[in-house]
Amino acid sequence: MTARVGVVTFPGSLDDKDAARAVSLAGAESVPLWHDDADLKGVDAVVLPGGFSYGDYLRCGAIARFAPLMSELVPAARSGALPVLGICNGFQILCESHLLPGALTRNSSLRFINRDQVLRMENTSTAWTNAYDEGQEILVVLKSGEGSYVADEATLDRLEAEGRVIARYVDGNPNGSRRDIAGITNEHGNVVGLMPHPEHAVEALTGPSTEGLGFFASILGHLASGTPAQV
Amino acid sequence: MSEVPGLDTVTTANDTPDTPQPYAELGMAKDEYERVREILSRRPTAAELAIYSVMWSEHCSYKSSKVHLSQFGEKAPANDALLVGMGENAGVVDVGDGRAVTFKIESHNSPSFVEPHQGAATGVGGIVRDILTMGARPVAVMDALRFGPLDADDTKRVLPGVVSGISFYGNCLGLPNIGGEIGFGPGYLGNPLVNALCVGVMRHEDIKLAQAPGPGNKVVLFGSSTGPDGIGGASVLASANFDEESHTKRPSVQVGDPFMEKLLIECSLELYAKDMVVGIQDLGAAGISCATTELAAGGTGGMNVQLDKVPLRDHRLTPEEILMSESQERMMAIVEPAKMADFLAICDKWGVLADEIGEVTDVTPEEAERGGRLLMTWHGETIVDMPPRTASDEGPVYRRPYARPESQDALQADDAAKLPRPQGDPELREQLLRVLGAPGVGDPTWITQQYDSYVRGDTVVSTPHDSGMIRISDDSDRGVALATDGNGRFTRLDPYAGTQLAYAEAYRNVAVTGARPLAVTNCLNFGSPEDPGVMWQFAETTRGLADACQQLGTPVTGGNVSFYNQTGDVPINPTPVIGVLGVIDDVNRRLRSGFDSEGSRVFLLGETRPEFGGSTWADVVHEHLGGLPPQVDLAAEAALGEVLATAADRDLATAAHDLSDGGLGVALAESALRGGKGLRVELGGDAFTELFSESGARAIVAVEPGEEEAFVALAGEHGVPVTQIGTVGGDSLTVTHPGGVVEVDLADLRTSYEAAIPAAMNGL
Repeated sequence: MTARVGVVTFPGSLDDKDAARAVSLAGAESVPLWHDDADLKGVDAVVLPGGFSYGDYLRCGAIARFAPLMSELVPAARSGALPVLGICNGFQILCESHLLPGALTRNSSLRFINRDQVLRMENTSTAWTNAYDEGQEILVVLKSGEGSYVADEATLDRLEAEGRVIARYVDGNPNGSRRDIAGITNEHGNVVGLMPHPEHAVEALTGPSTEGLGFFASILGHLASGTPAQV
Repeated sequence: MSEVPGLDTVTTANDTPDTPQPYAELGMAKDEYERVREILSRRPTAAELAIYSVMWSEHCSYKSSKVHLSQFGEKAPANDALLVGMGENAGVVDVGDGRAVTFKIESHNSPSFVEPHQGAATGVGGIVRDILTMGARPVAVMDALRFGPLDADDTKRVLPGVVSGISFYGNCLGLPNIGGEIGFGPGYLGNPLVNALCVGVMRHEDIKLAQAPGPGNKVVLFGSSTGPDGIGGASVLASANFDEESHTKRPSVQVGDPFMEKLLIECSLELYAKDMVVGIQDLGAAGISCATTELAAGGTGGMNVQLDKVPLRDHRLTPEEILMSESQERMMAIVEPAKMADFLAICDKWGVLADEIGEVTDVTPEEAERGGRLLMTWHGETIVDMPPRTASDEGPVYRRPYARPESQDALQADDAAKLPRPQGDPELREQLLRVLGAPGVGDPTWITQQYDSYVRGDTVVSTPHDSGMIRISDDSDRGVALATDGNGRFTRLDPYAGTQLAYAEAYRNVAVTGARPLAVTNCLNFGSPEDPGVMWQFAETTRGLADACQQLGTPVTGGNVSFYNQTGDVPINPTPVIGVLGVIDDVNRRLRSGFDSEGSRVFLLGETRPEFGGSTWADVVHEHLGGLPPQVDLAAEAALGEVLATAADRDLATAAHDLSDGGLGVALAESALRGGKGLRVELGGDAFTELFSESGARAIVAVEPGEEEAFVALAGEHGVPVTQIGTVGGDSLTVTHPGGVVEVDLADLRTSYEAAIPAAMNGL
């Protein structure tokens, strides 16, 4: 049976179409999920796409956290059962929902940054990164205004100690993220937040590479293996 | 007397014919006001005066430009692809497979000077709604920008503000910004140009028009509520000179909310898909005045509106202010009564406010004859009773006097050929680097990096390449390419030729990515139409564009005119920005401008003449503007375009780059930098002329070894001069010529290319 991966649309979601395309290209079925329906439609995994959910009013992701759909998603994700990938605004939503520690703040340049970005993959055992090799460098797209990952030193130390930094920026820190962090995972390895956009590096024609596809191939591998992700 | 204190009703107007009215403050001429009195056979009410003043403003009525713009229709080439021509919100062209594309460029110059961030942001918002109104999904934006000198203080205020406004609004809408252009010049200090372009895709059957048919159908206002922002923007801001009091016009600039616009886009597209609307109009310049008069005039001619039902952000707004408000993110739909409940449910799903404010009515034959009948009430009292067509379609038309300025002869006689030229290789090298690094030629990444170019996942080519190209859908290999170009220096020297050169450059930029040019949009930025010299420039520009489009078979589908871009008596260099749209059957065959394939042969297509008038070299090295611009050869442009599109189609070329600002030297440097490879080039003629001339109809092409003969044969078939000038490889640009050799390391090229804007914006 094909894996079914939900892609959530909040008002103001922008990269939902792109996330759905990436899911399909990886060979899974993409299932549209609507913010206002507290219904996960029985999907095997969920992508929270990029964009400006609810206009990013108040703080990025702060309102999306309270969407009816999130009331279903958050407990399932927290228990380790439901794999969730939050990209860009999705990462911000995961932090606001306390599924991941820390926060995303304004880029150090105070400007929006759209550029091709090299990442080094560091934890390749999560539900969303197992198709990569540890230390592998991949070229994806970074496009965000509030992409600077921050957390207190103790939290950063814990993330490092537990191997929960899944990817770091290489060739220069684009936005002031602490310790060059581009993405992190939770203690179960089922929830991953990533500031850059792997779903924009899935076709040679439109992306800087096809190396983002691995995130979506990973979830297929993870679901097929039937074992919970381990950190 | 009215029940509402101070309300100027139709009855009051009839009773008090001699009440003085503030037509002049609203930007209306005395004879225009007299004409309104004649149409109504009485003095207008305050509300009617508001409607006429904005609808007859230069910005909305095109009263000074109309007589010249009509050539675009009269000289329009026969073209089966044109589905909707000029006059609607945007033109629509057939691109095959049952799909159509709509595109348009529009100015938001004056607001962007007064308040750069919001001015530019709402410029994007406005053009996106125009495209949405045609029934299309907006899929990409571009922008053409002009600023004062990069080192001027005010540029440090205007440029970052404009760029952040475009970035903020476009990025939040989820529309990729795929290209455009940027230029600098002294005249644009105080008169920045912000021209925003949007392109949308739809199926043929989805085309929507601004019309209100069917008596009994409901008039629905949806989107944002109406506030006191942008009141009279069209008449007060966009249609007059700035003076010492410009800063007091800040409330005339609208404030944008891209989140609401994103909801409005998704909501409208769902309404279209479920066949919920019979007519639609966006609220842009002139707000409700424009939407009601245009919808009514495009339908039965009759409409009743209860103006007090318009939802307000500020309950103190008067009817006149409501009519003139340019609050953003609003649309007006005509809906059948039976569909109202479903219509409102869809709006509710998207969190979009929707209110029924009136209905379409029948008109008598006599009323139809007069231009229809639009009635508006305010808490039950009639405040508007006018023929809507007289406001929307029958505004004043001016035949402004125009004359070629006497100074034009001296300007053209001041030939750039007499300027001192570089002596020896070191000076050639130094001037090449200066031209390459000049603002407007050099790297725009500081700006373009703030725009999302990837969202929607259909961007096939984008900045810094010659055109932006979008795949029209996931299930098709078909794409559209777009480029905008304008060269105020060329147009200043010869408005007719300069406009054709801008058109030719955009045409070439589309062709060089492998697409075939199909249709044209334009944004004509000029000084005051009351200056006969400016009006002459405008007349020459429109004649030049109409003739060029006729010759190359690309109809003008729509556009925009922006007058009054001047400081005191000094107008900007006339700056027509021409947008060309092309179609490519298979986006996988698109060409980009980076020469990245080691060993590829480099060919130069076209003929190089010693042409330096208005050139970047003359500007950058000598601060000189004089002489004649390069010669126009549209037949050569068409032949070049055909060679490029065919070379892409047959896979003969691996990359291609057009020659324009700066000439061959700049083009070679850019292709080398973008490809990350050096170039070894050998030139047979005078190195200075070869490197810096800006002759038109030229491009450089990278061809794989083994394909040289086929490529040369292809060029020959179309009569395009072709010369093999070099090879891709190494880590420098090396130009050997009869007098010596010019060599620049890629690292040095990059340093010069990238320096200017980041240095000027340092710390901002």
